[in-house]
Amino acid sequence: MNAWLRLIVYLVAAPVIGGLLAGWDRRVSARMQSRQGPPILQPFYDVLKLWQKQNLAVFPSQNYYILSFLLLVIFTGALFFAGSDLLLVIFAFTTAAIFFVLGAYKASSPYSFIGAERELIQIMAYEPMVLLTAIGMYMVTKTFYVRGIASHGTMLVLVLPGVFLGFVYALEIKFRKSPFDLSSSHHAHQELVRGITTEFSGRTLAMIEVAHWYESVFLLGWVYLFFAASPVVGVVMSLVVYAFVVLVDNVFARLKWQTALRSAWAVTAVLGFGNIVILSLLP
Amino acid sequence: MMLVLALVLVPCLAGVILFCLRAERPRRTVVVAVTLAVCAGCVALACRPPLDLGELPVSRHAINLGMTAIEALMGLYILYVGVRARHFLIVALMLAQGAVVGWFEWTAGADADAGLALFVDKFSIVMALINGIVGGGICLYALGYMREYHTEAHRDVPDRRPLFFSLLFVFMGAMFGLVFANALPWLFFFWEITTLCSFLLIGYTQTEEARRNALRALVMNLAGGLSFALAMVWFYRNSHTLGLQQLIYSGHAIALLPAALLCFAGITKAAQCPFSSWLLGAMVAPTPVSAMLHSSTMVKAGVYLVLRMAPVITGTTVGLMVAVVGGVTFLYGSLAAITTPEAKRVLAYSTVANLGLVVLCGGIGTYEAVWAGVLLIIFHATAKCLLFLCVGVVEHKLHSRNIEDMSGLILYMPRVAVMMMIGMAGMSLAPFGMLISKWAALRAVVDAHPLLCFFIVFGSSATLFFWVKWMGKLVEVVRPQSRLIKEISLDESVALYGLSLVTFTACLFFPFFSTQFIEPYVAGIYGESGFLGQGNTLIMVIMMVVVMLFPLSFLSHGRGVKLVDPYLGGGNLQGGPSFAGAAGEVENVTLHNYYMTSIINEILLTRVAGLCAVGLLLAMFASALL
Repeated sequence: MNAWLRLIVYLVAAPVIGGLLAGWDRRVSARMQSRQGPPILQPFYDVLKLWQKQNLAVFPSQNYYILSFLLLVIFTGALFFAGSDLLLVIFAFTTAAIFFVLGAYKASSPYSFIGAERELIQIMAYEPMVLLTAIGMYMVTKTFYVRGIASHGTMLVLVLPGVFLGFVYALEIKFRKSPFDLSSSHHAHQELVRGITTEFSGRTLAMIEVAHWYESVFLLGWVYLFFAASPVVGVVMSLVVYAFVVLVDNVFARLKWQTALRSAWAVTAVLGFGNIVILSLLP
Repeated sequence: MMLVLALVLVPCLAGVILFCLRAERPRRTVVVAVTLAVCAGCVALACRPPLDLGELPVSRHAINLGMTAIEALMGLYILYVGVRARHFLIVALMLAQGAVVGWFEWTAGADADAGLALFVDKFSIVMALINGIVGGGICLYALGYMREYHTEAHRDVPDRRPLFFSLLFVFMGAMFGLVFANALPWLFFFWEITTLCSFLLIGYTQTEEARRNALRALVMNLAGGLSFALAMVWFYRNSHTLGLQQLIYSGHAIALLPAALLCFAGITKAAQCPFSSWLLGAMVAPTPVSAMLHSSTMVKAGVYLVLRMAPVITGTTVGLMVAVVGGVTFLYGSLAAITTPEAKRVLAYSTVANLGLVVLCGGIGTYEAVWAGVLLIIFHATAKCLLFLCVGVVEHKLHSRNIEDMSGLILYMPRVAVMMMIGMAGMSLAPFGMLISKWAALRAVVDAHPLLCFFIVFGSSATLFFWVKWMGKLVEVVRPQSRLIKEISLDESVALYGLSLVTFTACLFFPFFSTQFIEPYVAGIYGESGFLGQGNTLIMVIMMVVVMLFPLSFLSHGRGVKLVDPYLGGGNLQGGPSFAGAAGEVENVTLHNYYMTSIINEILLTRVAGLCAVGLLLAMFASALL
């Protein structure tokens, strides 16, 4: 498949897959909590409903940050699926996240402010591991280009087991799943109301949801890279990782930000960097 | 030749004139005229770089004698300072340096063959452009700033503006000399002038704290100066030449030890661990001084020298140790910047960190790394200068340099706030300057020493945290405020708008700067040069356009949006930032950033980083000697 085709498929299919995954997540989580749960298509209904609602805001400009956030998330995924440079993808992704945070700062309510602050801490917690993942992949495949990594013959997870585990840890943080749902939680037991998204409503909240779908697909795409030598295994494993994240979400209580940050950096240093040390010692 | 000489001499001459001018109006004329002339000179030099400088118009011997005389005077003055302050380390260092230089002059003297006295290559042109344009902007800004400083903000400080401006220009002239000098004694001469100027400028206010910090800066830079002198002598004894160019091409047997000594000198001047404290102390001086030290001169001289040594130390243990010192400093500066709410201190730590990254690149010394290092210098100089000048303006208006007090600045001083945002975005966000360079640095590191990426990955996530929380503070608005009528004076606004434009242009046209200046320089030394690749540059530009479209979205301001009060978890009280709590009491809303002091201990961190760096420097010298 050439790059342009992949790009178009991504732009169209990613929100559908992301939405379905989110619906499935809610269904499975409900079953784990002995509830019936909403239909699988519920996230789409939610977004459609949000889209028709009145748009409330504290400051009009807060919504523009979110628009930029959505555009940059889509852009990030587009870069990734077009096979571009992995470091560039990470930087675009971080910039997107920063726009989200700035939007929440702009809203200026105490809840969104602390949510924004905690989201920054989460970014700080996962960013090193994400960068190390790119570096680890580069050391094995000698390229930062996603297309090069995807077409490389080795099963990356076999040489990068530490990096893989660290990356899954970072995913937990990035997805804002318990025990790392510090900045905003989709469960109804959050001391920060809705944290970073408290002051967003209507279309803007819908945009955040859609951005989240795109984000999920992009991140699972990255998981796939670890198994890219065998595409079927890759797809299956991405879904397994997603299921694992959902499971962890339901069995852990929320951590304090200090613990979250410390543990994430420790995991990065031991598993991620340790793996890279070993890799650099091998001939 | 004349142009290069003029760039060095005109600011120095202006310095002398300004020293004699007491009145405000003629001072202003001189400052504006010289700044414009210097900027024009730099641009002219960049457009038509001279291939061959030709001969000096005056006899080399006479110049050398003059320099020796000035150096001796400076040495005596420093001795006097040391004795008066009873700071015997200064006296000892100065005497040692004097002995080394004196003995050298006695034995080798003025007839030492130094090759060309001055030279111009693409790297020195880049440095000259930074020095001229950014430094010129600072001098313009200083006109307005210092007037306000003495008439409003700090009436208790004695008004010594003639000295102040004179030093700024001498500093600038010395920096030009430093980047154009090929003969090591000349380089050393300008190096010592910058040391002395920085000492005098840091101590400008003559308060107890200022004096103490100025002495600390002096002692650390004298240590670097001593190391420089030793490098010069050692190199001359073994090769009988004194040219910087000759040093670079002399091979490891002769050049490695002098290169290590020069790197040490560079590390002291660039305020790397364990010498970072002088730069942090330097912020007691008025803002233009901080801006000058942090962006266009002083610390840039340090990294300039390290990057010049890069071809010599690449692949050696010395290089590795230099790189690790840079890496440690980067991580240290980035983490420490999180812990402080003081704006200037955050900027200082970020300077220390970013210079660490340049030193890291220099220590690795591969062509990719040097390319990234030069790029880092450019972007850092512009963005950091802009930030310092903005903080200076804000400090005068708010009477505080605490970031927490900048809440709502976007309403109070929208222009300055936006310019600060530009500076910060330039420092931290993709696709702007610093991030491009960090990316390049990361790639260079992974190719040369993958393990050093440890410092970069952790350090750069920490940088993101403190920049964004600061930006958040600027955009967040708790209490409605009216806009300040007159934000900035004319001189200040010229400088600020100019520098914003320069930052912007540097980011937008960085591929141009890269192909015109950096790549030819790097290719000239290594035969090949780093570049991000055509496709990636294109993507960067696309992304830049996406991000720059952001302000356009404000055109549809407030359409279809209903404005409400923020949710405060209680009964909102009419139109204000306060609410009725559970027991009916009135609570005010205050928002504070996190400073993570519970998990990052600034003092402990400084100590650990300092100790690591001392160990690394010792290892560096050991490996150079063996």
